[in-house]
Amino acid sequence: MERNKLIRIIVLLSVLPSVTFADGVEMADALRSNGKIYVVVAVLCVVLATVLLYLFSIDRKVKKMEEKFKNK
Amino acid sequence: MHSVWKIICVILLFYTVIAGFLLPVPELPILNETIRNLYFHVTMWFVMITHMVISIVYSIRFLTNSQLRYDMKAEQYSQTGMVFGIAGLITGMIWAKFTWGAFWVNDTKLNGVAAAMLMYAAYFILRNATDDENKRAKLSAVYLVFAFPLMMAFIFILPRMTDSLHPGNGGNPAFGQYDLDNNMRMVFYPAIIAWTLLGLWITSIRIRIKNLWNETNLSE
Repeated sequence: MERNKLIRIIVLLSVLPSVTFADGVEMADALRSNGKIYVVVAVLCVVLATVLLYLFSIDRKVKKMEEKFKNK
Repeated sequence: MHSVWKIICVILLFYTVIAGFLLPVPELPILNETIRNLYFHVTMWFVMITHMVISIVYSIRFLTNSQLRYDMKAEQYSQTGMVFGIAGLITGMIWAKFTWGAFWVNDTKLNGVAAAMLMYAAYFILRNATDDENKRAKLSAVYLVFAFPLMMAFIFILPRMTDSLHPGNGGNPAFGQYDLDNNMRMVFYPAIIAWTLLGLWITSIRIRIKNLWNETNLSE
């Protein structure tokens, strides 16, 4: 419960500037704070995750081929 | 447990992207938020130089004992280094456009880097010039022994002897007090390690594929 309250306060504080300066329709949303920089971070994390997962899968494929070759 | 360094690489890369965008940076005129490019542009060159150093070490090892696997490794490391060098060049051009005003300025550092990259392009062409494996290995290793010190001179020595827009040259401190505070160091150093590990990871996969390729060709 304490942690929930803390998170709510942090979220509220982070979106406060956009709420106070917007004229009406700006909705409270953590991803919209700080010039929406968090959106860029989220997108980059997804790109990075995709590329790294791909690299891991290539790594695994090469390992399988190496094992197959050793057994021959 | 041999893949611990790969996991460290992944963690540090995510740290670089998240902290690189969210931690505070010095507020400087003209640079503005582009100072964050330090974590992405400069690190590309660190990866390139690391790979070129490993490549020249393998070239020299080949010259001392004539084992073809060292020549193969020298080639693979310099190829990955070249890829990261191209990334560094393009990211630098974008950064230059919005801080210096043009994609390319006639600057000793930039022209030096261009010449260095052309020398490495010549290295790859030279490798394709002969079909004899031993001859190719010997020729390209000797070429690299000349090209590598020249690249170092073009990138690190000549720009420091004249004026240059690029930080770290012509009396500008490279990563001096004014463009690197403690907050940035907390991201910059892990970022160097992260990108370098990524480069080494890619090269290790390339070397393993090359080994498989050679072994299957020999057995046939």
